[in-house]
Amino acid sequence: MATTKTPVDNGVNVQALLGAREALKKTPEGAQFQWRATCSWVYGTHSRTTIKKYFGLGQEQQHKTEFSFDTDHPEVFASEDKGATPVELVLAGLAGCLTAGVASVAQMREIQLRSVTATLEAGMDILGILGADSDVRNGFDGIKVTYRIDADATPAEIQALVAQSQKRSAVYDIITNPTNVTVEVV
Amino acid sequence: MSRCLTDRSIDHVVLERGEVGNSWKTERWDSLRLLTPNWQSRLPGFGYDGSDPDGYRTMPETIAFIDRYAEEISAPVRTHTRVSSVAPRDGGYAIATSEGDWQCRTVVIATGACNMPSVPEVTETVPSSIATLTPFCYRNPGQVAEGGVLVVGASATGTQIAEEIQRSGRPVMLSVGEHVRVPRVYRGRDIKWWMDKAGVLDERYDQIDDIERARKVPSLQLAGSPERRTVDLNALTRIGVQLVGRIAGIQNGKAQFSGSLRNLCTLADLKMNRLLDRIDQWSAENGFDGEVDPPHRFEATVVEASPPLGIDLVRHGIRTILWATGFRPDLSWLHVPVFDRKGRIRHDGGVVEAPGVYLMGMPFLRRRKSSLIDGAADDARDLSAHLASFLDHRR
Repeated sequence: MATTKTPVDNGVNVQALLGAREALKKTPEGAQFQWRATCSWVYGTHSRTTIKKYFGLGQEQQHKTEFSFDTDHPEVFASEDKGATPVELVLAGLAGCLTAGVASVAQMREIQLRSVTATLEAGMDILGILGADSDVRNGFDGIKVTYRIDADATPAEIQALVAQSQKRSAVYDIITNPTNVTVEVV
Repeated sequence: MSRCLTDRSIDHVVLERGEVGNSWKTERWDSLRLLTPNWQSRLPGFGYDGSDPDGYRTMPETIAFIDRYAEEISAPVRTHTRVSSVAPRDGGYAIATSEGDWQCRTVVIATGACNMPSVPEVTETVPSSIATLTPFCYRNPGQVAEGGVLVVGASATGTQIAEEIQRSGRPVMLSVGEHVRVPRVYRGRDIKWWMDKAGVLDERYDQIDDIERARKVPSLQLAGSPERRTVDLNALTRIGVQLVGRIAGIQNGKAQFSGSLRNLCTLADLKMNRLLDRIDQWSAENGFDGEVDPPHRFEATVVEASPPLGIDLVRHGIRTILWATGFRPDLSWLHVPVFDRKGRIRHDGGVVEAPGVYLMGMPFLRRRKSSLIDGAADDARDLSAHLASFLDHRR
């Protein structure tokens, strides 16, 4: 439904993504990536996680700068609140992933976005993490994501953007499906 | 294909491991009817001449139809001749069968896309007290233990079997992955009528955006019933089937289901509506609106607020798991280097990379209808023409 003549620009380089898809289909070993994070305990429930290097396209890679994330718990947990809680960073990961997907799919479908905002809400019964009730799980009891999108598209096309973004999202997959986690002490 | 080769006076044999229509005779459940209406099985020079063009053939009727066609065209069929190997030899192909060997210049692979049920790895961790079935061994609910049944897969096979088992009094839980929702009847006409008329089924493999994806689209959620029932997820929920997400794993007797059910249902609803939009547009542009019912839309798929993410199978009363998770071809006898890294045959619309080898009857091989009985005619015409010119150039 692109009615305007100006080329659609959501700032996503679709040609590069499509090119990578075709190239990696021919050399699937290059598609094997490894994502990494390093975390150090600071004090109390406060930790700092840094992210710099990763592996992909057959070699070591690194971000342009090192990113650092402080995590802590708020004062109602008797903590010092030096950072967001880890579960809130999970929400940030989901929101970032889905929204990147919305922009990419919109670019691919030639839909100009004007604004995209997502609100995330996740319920949790903290009797689980407190060990006070073994029937309650530690994690979220559900996540609700609400998008508000202003774009040159019909409501059905916008809904399809958001649905396709979920279908291709790594974080959505990580949250909705089980993943084996191995934790070792060395 | 045999008919087209005969028309071109090309000498050939049709090798059949069992009897004509073997998989229809031996690998289908009792109540199954074709998902396409009677009128739609149009073979070269042969079609439906009965009094119920909008009905759906039962299996015995389907077998009789194919038998009659084989007779009508005097197809040179060698029954009970199982092919054990096809390999390149002397610029052609050496065929080893249970009834002796053949040498030929060209080969048409028409063994289909559904030779074996495709069952996910999680089947290995199913508790031993639970029976597992595939659509190949399932015949009717009578062979299923009383008690709960987990049907995995919600395409044509899974939804039909889930409905039948639920109606037999065994409570069904249906694990839903990616699926394609369509109504059986829209605006008073069969959905296949619309798809045929509007040219959806004739779309070609070389005119489609992403053919690889199109070839992997699951079968339409359709059933062929005398009442022309729509068997979508809402219909199943109404009779008491419980929907859960795609099965993600079974560990220590606990099945885990993906939390993506809602989105998969949204995707299917949106996709269905795009098809209906296209149909409405075609109808309006081609002056059909006066002959059919007015356009309308169907209720969105109803997903409960928090579908279960995991159940203890035994404690939940599940006695049987039926894997309706798709089918795959068995090409273990094909010793020609034409496979890609995922074991699929590399081909261009059925023209296989090895000279003189052709493929038929696969999803979206040349057209969207390629896997339908109705799709064979056009594909056979195209591919037999290619085959004939290949033989001409080799003379």
